[in-house]
Amino acid sequence: MIEARNVFKTYYVPHKVEALVDVSTRIEAGEVVVVIGPSGSGKSTFLRCLNHLETATSGHIIIDGVDILNPKTDINKVRAEVGMVFQSFNLFPHKTVEENVTLAQRVVRKRSKKEAAERAMALLVKVGIQDKAAVYPDQLSGGQQQRVAIARALAMNPKVMLFDEPTSALDPEMIGEVLDVMKTLATEGMTMVCVTHEMGFAREVAGRVIFMDAGRIVEVGTPEHFFKNPTHERTKSFLSQIL
Amino acid sequence: MGREAKVRRAMPKSRYYFWVGVFLFIIFSIIFLIYFATMRIDYVWAWHKIPSAFMYHKQVEIKAEIQGTVASITPEKDQSLIKVKGTGEEETFTVPTKDLRVSVNDFVYPGDVLASYGKWQTGIMLQGVWITLKVSLFSIIFGIIIGIIGGLSRISDNPAAKWLAITYVELIRGSPLLVQIFIWYFVVGTMVNQLLLAYGLHEIPGLWYGVASLACFTGAYVTEIVRAGIQSIGRGQIEAARSLGMSYAQSMRYIIMPQALRRILPPLAGQFISLIKDSSLLGIIAVRELTKATREVITTQLNPFEMFFVCAALYLVMTFTLSMFVQYLERRTQTA
Repeated sequence: MIEARNVFKTYYVPHKVEALVDVSTRIEAGEVVVVIGPSGSGKSTFLRCLNHLETATSGHIIIDGVDILNPKTDINKVRAEVGMVFQSFNLFPHKTVEENVTLAQRVVRKRSKKEAAERAMALLVKVGIQDKAAVYPDQLSGGQQQRVAIARALAMNPKVMLFDEPTSALDPEMIGEVLDVMKTLATEGMTMVCVTHEMGFAREVAGRVIFMDAGRIVEVGTPEHFFKNPTHERTKSFLSQIL
Repeated sequence: MGREAKVRRAMPKSRYYFWVGVFLFIIFSIIFLIYFATMRIDYVWAWHKIPSAFMYHKQVEIKAEIQGTVASITPEKDQSLIKVKGTGEEETFTVPTKDLRVSVNDFVYPGDVLASYGKWQTGIMLQGVWITLKVSLFSIIFGIIIGIIGGLSRISDNPAAKWLAITYVELIRGSPLLVQIFIWYFVVGTMVNQLLLAYGLHEIPGLWYGVASLACFTGAYVTEIVRAGIQSIGRGQIEAARSLGMSYAQSMRYIIMPQALRRILPPLAGQFISLIKDSSLLGIIAVRELTKATREVITTQLNPFEMFFVCAALYLVMTFTLSMFVQYLERRTQTA
């Protein structure tokens, strides 16, 4: 489904930073991969490279058989297949909840008004927020906004969902409702890549955990392997600090 | 919006009214001082002449064109047919019955008045207001178009678009509007009209060079306002739009511009109010807008004090109306 081959990402502004160094991994369809690591380890950069919000400096990123680093690739077409959920929700404040979910369906997928509205409603029911369809995002709590953001991404019928620290900006009591939605998605077989600090989620849902540090993939393994007997020293010290 | 800090002490009622009184006293003192000064220089106020600069009653006379006798007058409702018979020629006039000056068998010479009627005509001032509104409206429309294109170019990654926009903005903002108007009228206008004449086409009236200069001038400021408005929308918005598969153009159209437009309405209003006022400069290239009209009226009515006050008041009405309209738009576009 997703293949990253020798991905490098170097920033030169304001000074040279190697955000990703020789990152290679494969993510199969239906797999749930959780990426963990200290801040500045490049995990968000890696995720953002996967849908070309950041351009990798070199290497290959192949999404569903298409190399998105090839300049000839229609990136908009690929992005429509890759849903993304942001830390800060990024709902469109001038559109109602329903319009947030229908807009891209209408504009990108060219669905009819009725079809888009039906799909939006079904998804809002799924994330448990159907009674807020007509309100504007600023009237919702953080947890509700993030659930709308998930519905907005799902409305495009993506093949992969990317989650960039979806619960980091939430009040503690709202984290659960968002994680529940993500767990449901995982059990339904959605391919997911999640950057998160929620170790409970990683342990419960992840098929595989990737630990990154200083732009490199340090260790990859199942959750049991990770939380019971990690091999690398860096992994051990990281986990000992957050668990 | 409208949540500015209100950290102030409560003022007792009596002191509040005292300061209201001070305000009124200062205003009336200024008005009285001006009036007093004009009395000292024996200025004759002639407010009553002003309405005629806006609308006036004109007497139109219908004159005979040949020499002869009035053969017949046939009334038909309000109109009458006058038949004048000369030697070997005959003429018929249709005139209003009300003010007939001839009767049957009268002998008339060419130029004799057969009848007259009154007619309301718009004065120079009303025409001036109309020209000012017309010039401002066209300049605003073109200014917005230039500004949006300029603003988008300004933030574009394409160096040609970006540098063109920067050059344009810096050139326009760095030179006086008066000079720009001269350049448009005397340089561009001369070249274009000469070329048009050379190809056997009609010349473009001076008014349109005025519109061009104002639109270009405003466009530069609107460019910067649009750029600032777009850049004030968080990066997350365009990232969210792009991550859903929308193209750059779609993201701009559906996500960024609607939000930016709402934010730039207040500074835009200020810019357009400036534009209405700046249109008063167009008098120097013979566009008879409100200020030029005022000066023309003064040369005939000899009442400069009154006319300039009226002129200023008319600009105030126009700018105030615009600012009210924008406030209404602002309220309407605010979500929840």
